[in-house]
Amino acid sequence: MPKTLFEKVWDAHSVRRLANGQTQLLVGTHLIHEVTSPQAFGMMRDLGLKVAMPHRTFATVDHIVPTDQVSEPYADPLADAMIKELRRSCAEFGITFFDRSTGKQGIVHIVGPEQGITQPGTTIACGDSHTSTHGAFGAIAFGIGTTQIRDVLATQTMALGRLKVRRVEVNGRLRPGVYAKDVILHIICSLGVNGGTGYAYEYAGEVFDRFSMEERMTVCNMSIEGGARAGYVNPDETTFAYLKGRPYSPKGAAWDAAVARWRAVASDAGCAYDDVVRIDAADIAPTVTWGINPGQGIPITGIVPDPAKAATVDERSSIEEALAYMKLLPGAPIKGTKIDVAFLGSCTNGRLSDFQEVARYLKGRRVAPGIKAIAVPGSQGVGLLCEELGIDKVFRDAGFEWRNAGCSMCLAMNPDKLVGDQLCASSSNRNFKGRQGSPTGRTILMSPIMVAAAAVTGSVADAREVFGVNAN
Amino acid sequence: MALEKITRVAGRAVNVPGNDIDTDRIIPARFMKCVTFDGLGEYLFYDMRRNADGSEKAHPLNEQRHKGASILLSGVNFGCGSSREHAPQALQKYGIRAVIAEGFAEIFLGNSTTLGMPCVAAGREDIARIAAAVDRDPGTEVVIDLVGSRATFAGQSIPVSIRESARDALVKGMWDPIGELIEGAGAAGRVASGLPYMSA
Ligand code: SF4
Repeated sequence: MPKTLFEKVWDAHSVRRLANGQTQLLVGTHLIHEVTSPQAFGMMRDLGLKVAMPHRTFATVDHIVPTDQVSEPYADPLADAMIKELRRSCAEFGITFFDRSTGKQGIVHIVGPEQGITQPGTTIACGDSHTSTHGAFGAIAFGIGTTQIRDVLATQTMALGRLKVRRVEVNGRLRPGVYAKDVILHIICSLGVNGGTGYAYEYAGEVFDRFSMEERMTVCNMSIEGGARAGYVNPDETTFAYLKGRPYSPKGAAWDAAVARWRAVASDAGCAYDDVVRIDAADIAPTVTWGINPGQGIPITGIVPDPAKAATVDERSSIEEALAYMKLLPGAPIKGTKIDVAFLGSCTNGRLSDFQEVARYLKGRRVAPGIKAIAVPGSQGVGLLCEELGIDKVFRDAGFEWRNAGCSMCLAMNPDKLVGDQLCASSSNRNFKGRQGSPTGRTILMSPIMVAAAAVTGSVADAREVFGVNAN
Repeated sequence: MALEKITRVAGRAVNVPGNDIDTDRIIPARFMKCVTFDGLGEYLFYDMRRNADGSEKAHPLNEQRHKGASILLSGVNFGCGSSREHAPQALQKYGIRAVIAEGFAEIFLGNSTTLGMPCVAAGREDIARIAAAVDRDPGTEVVIDLVGSRATFAGQSIPVSIRESARDALVKGMWDPIGELIEGAGAAGRVASGLPYMSA
């Protein structure tokens, strides 16, 4: 019987069936960060439990770290307590911690792949919903809650119900100026923010075949925004080339054996899916959000929807709520909307290729007067590479602040926050009310190049026009 | 580990209407800078309930008549967004024992079940009927029967549904899986030893 990658990985990691019908699933790789793990370590101590396989858990610190201050203690005593608590727990339980002093710290979903810890055919769990990012390598990666972190620490397993698999195929060629971020925003807008409930998404088709690993990660990252519990791409030569030579990648004969296993884990030709969706790449435009969830998006050339034209009462009220919060007018073009802040970073778009691509166009340009623009590498490794390539200088010369690695303005757990009702052009993944730190702060999600276009013009702009992307 | 068998939840209800109420709204991230869950109840729905200066806004949870309610009513896709267990923990620490909504986000439902807090789905009209009864008389007792899949209130009864694995776990008192997972440790070790990447 031909099988999907999901089925193969699931079956290989199934330990047994639990009384409630769920599966006890072996978690090959466990990643932790400072926000969701301290309570789990607390539970471990309360129950007198030991970490079952400490060599399969890796920790880093990302959410609370200030990006403009490296030395401790941090100005925020709560943040300072959290990093120290993680350090203490890792030492106590024998867990590898990519602390700031190691030069390997960063957003957990950037660090795992960068270190070669994220590998095809594995199961990965992390107390963070964007764990789906790791699916880019053909891993089945789940975001979990804190009690489940305890379960994984204590037993290296967790209880989970099997998912269905929906193949999302994107065929044809993307138009110039259209990026991976636009692909996933388009998918979420098409299938809905809860369209993926109960599913793992298998992303496939010509566009994904051509995508780099970093582009695949951008798409898998936001699977959760479409309601899918996990998302993955079948491993191929691109995957193997990325992993070769990374610190935790297999070496020598073990490498060849691993590649053979990885090849075999990809979905078989002719396997059955619970659902298949096909999208034409040519239909995807540079996409921006206008509302308060990532499914409320339109092409950059589009207009803000009018609640009066909504098809259902529900849709009408959700448009009204979103427009009231976003202070946008129905029927207005989204292009030209004034922004206050431009944020480039996060686990969605904080990798080398994101900064590299933007730097190509940003050279010789200036951030518009009055706009706060910050560029935050997703990891110390990304920051270092950018600095070696002189990319940081391009950003600095353009008037961006160049920061240290962390989650930064993606969410409000460090000093990088919106103030009042500031509007932010953001390369991150969530535009929920209050997400970026101010209860009235507003977020428009977009690709990094569109963030740069917004930064230099001071308003939501079409990067193709601003940078002449079409010419390339 | 002996856990309470949760077959029914009874209490007063409060309606927090809206669709896609996300985890950032349930507990804003800035209140997650904590190393225990203990104080989270205080910050439940914080930005929906309070102005920037800390004064109260109009919100069902701020109304005196709904104090002490333990069943939360809401709309579609409740708990979407992050995997933070801080969200169900904040609800539970506040005193919520069950949520009745039109639908739930996947991870939120799983996290809530593990805490012994049932997430029960019901139709929009039926939820509106409970909300109306509660609005008429905030003292109305709502009883969720997880075995019979009904909710009763003010002499009325509506069908509710709950995911099969969640119901099973709750009614058998096995909603926290840790005991069962520990029993399977030996088997887990054997599966792990067959996977080369786990020993490297
Ligand atoms: S960058 Fe944003 S979405 Fe990613 S892990 Fe950090 S806070 Fe979460």
